[in-house]
Amino acid sequence: MDFGPYLLLASLEGAVMAAVLALTAVGLSIVFGVMRVVNVAHGEFFMLGAVFAWWVASWAVGHPAIGFVLALVLAPILVGLIASAADMIVLKRVEYDPERTIVATIGLLYIIQQVTLMTFGPEARPVQPPFNQRLALPWFEFGENGFEIIWPWGLGTTSYKLFVIAAAIAILLAVWALMSRTKLGLYMRATQLDRQMAQAFGINVERVYVSVFGFGAGLAALGAVLIVPIQQAHYLMGGDPLLLSFIVVIIGGLGSLSGTVVAAVLIGMSDGVISMFFSPTLAKILSTLLVAFILIFRPQGLFGKRAA
Amino acid sequence: MLELKGVNAGYGAARILRDVSFHAEAGEIVCLLGRNGAGKTTTMQAIMGLLPLSEGSVVLDGEDISRLPAHEVPKRGIGYIPQGRRLFSELTVAENIEIGLLTRGSSKQTREAVLELFPRLRERLAQRAETLSGGEQQMLATARALCLEPKVLLLDEPTEGLQPSMIELIRNVVVQKKKDGVAIVLVEQRVDAVIEIADRVVFIENGRIQDTVDAKVLADDHTLLTRYVGV
Repeated sequence: MDFGPYLLLASLEGAVMAAVLALTAVGLSIVFGVMRVVNVAHGEFFMLGAVFAWWVASWAVGHPAIGFVLALVLAPILVGLIASAADMIVLKRVEYDPERTIVATIGLLYIIQQVTLMTFGPEARPVQPPFNQRLALPWFEFGENGFEIIWPWGLGTTSYKLFVIAAAIAILLAVWALMSRTKLGLYMRATQLDRQMAQAFGINVERVYVSVFGFGAGLAALGAVLIVPIQQAHYLMGGDPLLLSFIVVIIGGLGSLSGTVVAAVLIGMSDGVISMFFSPTLAKILSTLLVAFILIFRPQGLFGKRAA
Repeated sequence: MLELKGVNAGYGAARILRDVSFHAEAGEIVCLLGRNGAGKTTTMQAIMGLLPLSEGSVVLDGEDISRLPAHEVPKRGIGYIPQGRRLFSELTVAENIEIGLLTRGSSKQTREAVLELFPRLRERLAQRAETLSGGEQQMLATARALCLEPKVLLLDEPTEGLQPSMIELIRNVVVQKKKDGVAIVLVEQRVDAVIEIADRVVFIENGRIQDTVDAKVLADDHTLLTRYVGV
């Protein structure tokens, strides 16, 4: 294959990764933006989403699509409820103090990880995709007959991967609508801007926090359900999404949702392309290096606001 | 209407307010006067339930509201116009007003009435609050509080940094609300602005109430003003 088709393939892999990363990172970003909580356990909520997806799918009978759809609905809800409970039981008790919430969520990370190891086990388990047709991708070349569409051997993707990208876009649009068009979104944004004034105008900030923490974790779980037919569920799978989400949120600007999405596309795509042409390790090195430069030259992130 | 009884409050271990007691009746303007750091803003925050009281109580219409969670206090009918306006800066004018309306489930008529009061805001509904001029921001902060259809209105230095025409507008609104039977607690630095409209003046110093006098008395006798505010 030539370079061109290769690049197309790598971009598609990157786009799948960017799609899932965008969901996970937006969850982290909303939690940080509204609650000022650095949620170190975010990757574990991602992992729980995948594990619950396997669990739900293995209980369901009939066509794999039934199990998958059930997982897509139930896993994020379950994870969201667990996160909301963690907010009430742990984060509220430490009064959302910035340092103590970091330590508390580190504790949460280990609890979730080890409980999963003890119950789910150390194996990686697959979830069947609801559909998985192989799609050949066209390419073009200028040969003896001029412009030609060709179908290079080995250039292809699956319908499921395209579905992941489309689903992520749809979910992100829904999140945007929730934040900008609904009462809950208005309350979230008001709380983010001035917690005390939100209270002075009757907003139950504690309830907003419970919903936001659950919602953020649910988004991570949703990303995981989408990726688990491609990647398999494993109790240590939360590490990479956590690191990458932090990278994305820092590059995009803490608390800026549009910045987070743009950065997720940037990091996801470059990760896909660099992993294919060089190595996944180099991809991680480069994105971490990018974070270092952002922190030095533009600490508020690409789209963030300078702290007043 | 609103009564503070022996309120003690502060930030963490630091006690700011000591035995603060005063009351404001319906259709009355009570003004808190005192130097910087005397505890005026802290008093306002204590009324709003934003600071835990170590002692004392805040009673509204016979109900002790000082033990309520902070977000329940405004629902009892207290509109707060804080110092420095503290608008939801990245939200639009319409959204800021919406939050005020949602506090107590106010009707569309309230929204209309408030926009009637501040026509400038109607022209800027889609604009972000942070892009408004200082005077317009103060209008919005006032409008947001009036959206609650408040029984009690707390104003913390509403005329700070405003041009005279704007001060006049805010003052007219306050006087109008007094006529409507709202109890008003006003914190103000500009003594002359206060004496004309206030019914009673409460002097506060080092977190203690030093004196409560009729505004009429104050107009004739300047010794108290010299003592507590230094003008």
